[in-house]
Amino acid sequence: MADNMKMRAQLKGDYTEVKVLISHPMETGRRKDDFDRVVPAHFVQVLTASLNGKQVLETQWGTGISKNPYLTFRLAGAQLGDIVSVTWYDNLGATATQEIAVTQA
Amino acid sequence: MQRRHFLIGMMGMIALAPFKALAALWNKTAFEAIRLGDAAKQLNIKDELPSEAIQIVAPDRAENGAIVQVEVFSQLANTEAIAIFVDKNPTPLIANFMFSHGALPYVVTRIKMAETSDIKVVAKVGTQYFTHRKSVVVLENGCG
Repeated sequence: MADNMKMRAQLKGDYTEVKVLISHPMETGRRKDDFDRVVPAHFVQVLTASLNGKQVLETQWGTGISKNPYLTFRLAGAQLGDIVSVTWYDNLGATATQEIAVTQA
Repeated sequence: MQRRHFLIGMMGMIALAPFKALAALWNKTAFEAIRLGDAAKQLNIKDELPSEAIQIVAPDRAENGAIVQVEVFSQLANTEAIAIFVDKNPTPLIANFMFSHGALPYVVTRIKMAETSDIKVVAKVGTQYFTHRKSVVVLENGCG
């Protein structure tokens, strides 16, 4: 499911900036559809990031993150060619992982 | 159409990869709390001190509450975690970010805001908590 995540990791001087964009409906469970039926909750709950296999970030999200979640984070000490991996898990048990190498900005 | 493709794909993934064990790490009581104080308590946040060393970059007025871009960073040494709350959302806890092994206490993300409210950010430094607020006027409700 690599097509539902876009990632970029760029070395910018003394830190590496990682940008992640995920395709996900992020339904709160409170929205109603055109027929007045409640749309069940469907949202990313946990997202983890690792640098060369070592975890650097764990995030927990509620329903207040916007549809198609966007995240930027920064890593100190990453070098060109290092591998940044991001994995998310949603409340319905779906998950996806994507890896990307650090490039020069 | 895109959405349909996506949903079909998701269903396939659910069948293939039941990863319930990891979702168990999710702090359900904190995220489902309807009062900010209760959510904060579930994250063990207490005695938080106001701090200008926490920066919140968000628009003063948001046209659309469904997508409010927020940039948060902490200049406090050894910041281990940053939690983002929106006072007046149905469930105030938006996100909790935990940093380790060289991750800097800096995040940019996009959040939903039901109405005009403060964004409250809490940074965890060891056993201490520091907080900062920023008010955002929401012109159109984002929780539909």
